[in-house]
Amino acid sequence: MTLRMTIFETIQQVAAELGKPQPPLREDLHLADSGLDSLGLAVVVARLEDRLGVDPFSRLVDGAFPMTLGDFVQLYESATP
Amino acid sequence: MNPRRPSRLALRDRLLASSGPQERFISDEATRVAVRGLPSTVVLPPGSDPASGRSVLLAADTQLTCALALIELDGVARRIVICPPDLADDHLPAVLESGDIDLILSSGSLPRSLGRPLLRLSRSPQSGVPKRSDDPLATEWVLFTSGTTGGEPKMVVHTLDSLSSHLPSGPLAGPGPVWSTFYDIRRYGGMQVFLRACLGGGSLILSSASEPSAAFLARAGLCGVSHILGTPSHWRRAIMTGQAHAIRPSYVRLSGEVADQAILTRLQQLYPDAIVAHAFASTEAGVGFEVRDGLEGFPADLVGNSGVGTAIAIVDGSLRLRSGASAAGYLNRNPKSFLDDGGFVDTGDLVELRGDRYHFTGRKEGLINVGGNKVYPEEIEAIINQHPDVVISRVKGRRNPITGSVVTADVVPRPVFLSCRAGTAPVDALSGQVRLRHEILDFCRAKLSAYKVPATVTFVDSIALSPAGKLVRSIA
Repeated sequence: MTLRMTIFETIQQVAAELGKPQPPLREDLHLADSGLDSLGLAVVVARLEDRLGVDPFSRLVDGAFPMTLGDFVQLYESATP
Repeated sequence: MNPRRPSRLALRDRLLASSGPQERFISDEATRVAVRGLPSTVVLPPGSDPASGRSVLLAADTQLTCALALIELDGVARRIVICPPDLADDHLPAVLESGDIDLILSSGSLPRSLGRPLLRLSRSPQSGVPKRSDDPLATEWVLFTSGTTGGEPKMVVHTLDSLSSHLPSGPLAGPGPVWSTFYDIRRYGGMQVFLRACLGGGSLILSSASEPSAAFLARAGLCGVSHILGTPSHWRRAIMTGQAHAIRPSYVRLSGEVADQAILTRLQQLYPDAIVAHAFASTEAGVGFEVRDGLEGFPADLVGNSGVGTAIAIVDGSLRLRSGASAAGYLNRNPKSFLDDGGFVDTGDLVELRGDRYHFTGRKEGLINVGGNKVYPEEIEAIINQHPDVVISRVKGRRNPITGSVVTADVVPRPVFLSCRAGTAPVDALSGQVRLRHEILDFCRAKLSAYKVPATVTFVDSIALSPAGKLVRSIA
C-alpha cells in the first residue's frame, strides 16, 4: 500500500468512527474540510505514528503546518524513508 | 522525649498473647515457622544484644526474614527503618543519614563501606532466645512510600500503634484466619496484612520474589488461605494465570489502586461466598475505610462522617482522610508536610459525586491534557475493563502535535486473541483483534466524551506492574 493510500484510509477510518461526514478525499482538499476536527486529526496523527513509526510534526518548524491533504501527505513523505 | 511507656506491649508479646489455633504459622515458599516456636527462634545473631536502643536499618532479602526480625526488634530497637525490596543502593547513604542509623541488619548483599556497623541476619530461623524487655521501647517503624518515581524515596514514620490502631481487636469467632497477600510486607500495604495476622490470631503465607503467581496461588490454596489482599492489578494478573480457582478465600480485599466495577464483579463471580471488599489506604494516611457492598466508589454519606476513627473530607475534588492510623510524619522532610490544618492527609485521589456515590476518577498527578480537557486514565481503564474480552488495560497520554496529548490504551485481551504473535498470526486471530479493537472503541464512545476515547488501542501480552503491584504509570 502506498503512503498516500495508508493516510487516506486512516483518515476515512477515523472520520467514520467519529461519525463525521466524509467528502471524497483529494490532494487539494483543505484539512479543515476533510471531515475531521482537531481531535480527529490528532487521532489520525497518533495512528499513523503507530503504523509508520514517525510523527513528522515533531520536526515541523513554525508556520509549515500543512493546509491541504496534499501538504499532509507530502509532510509524511518527507519524513519516511 | 522519653520513648518508654511501661504499659506498652511489644509485638512479640502481643503476637503470642493473641488467641489463635495451636498450629498458627508464618511461611514462605521455602520455610514454615510455627508461631508457638517463636520464643525460641531468632534471626538476629544469637547471644548478643546488638539492637537495644539502636536505630536499625532492616535490609532483609526475604519477607519471612523481615517478619521474624520485626518480631524480634519491636520494643528493643529505638527505630526500625524497613527497606523495601527494590531500594536502590544509591539512596542508601541518604537513608542512613535521615534515619540516623547506627546498626544495619542485612540478610542480602549490600554495598561495602557504608560506614555503619553491619550484622548479618540469618536467612533461616535459628534456635535461640530472643532479647526480651519488660519495659519495651515505643519503637518507631519507618516505611517507604511506593508512589514516587525517581528522587529520594520518602520515609514515613509510624509506630506499632499507628500501624495497628484500626485493626479489629478482640477474639475471632471460629478458627484463626490464614492471611496472605500479593503485597510485600516491607511496604505499607503488606505490613497491614502482617500485623493483622500477628495481632488477630492468624497465620500468614508470604510470597517469594522468584515465585510465579500461579505457583504462589497454588501454594496459598494448599495452605488454606482464607483472607487475601492485593491491588486490582495483582488480582487481574492472578486471574490471567488461570490459577485463581486454586484458592477459596472467604475475604478478598483490593487496595492501592482504584478498584473498578469489572474487577469487583469478576472476583465476586470467582469467589461467590467471599466478602469482596475494596479499601482505601496510603502509607501516609493509614487505612481510610473499607467498602463491602461490591460496588465501585463509596457511599456519599461516608463523607464528614467520622465513623470508626476515620474522617473523610473532599477538598477541591480530592479525598482527604484523618485517622488515628496516620503516620507521625516524614523522617526526611518537614514532619507536618502532609497534614493540613485540620489534621487531614490529602491523598491525591480525585473523586466525583454521581448520584449518592463518590467514584474515583484518578490521581492528581496522572492527569492527561487533551486539547485543554482533563482526562484521568483510571476512568477510561474502568470502561475498557468492562468489556468481556478484556483482561486488563492501561491508559496513557502520548504527546500529540495537534492537541498537546492524546489518550492511548494498551490492552491485554483474553488469550484467544493473542494466540499468535504479531506477524505470524493467522487471518482469524488478526481479524479477531480488528473486531475487538472496534468494539472497545465503540464501547468507549458510548460512555465517554470524544476526547477521552483512546486514539489508539494496542494489544499486548502483559502490562508491567511496579514492585508495589500497581500499574506502572510513567508521566507522559
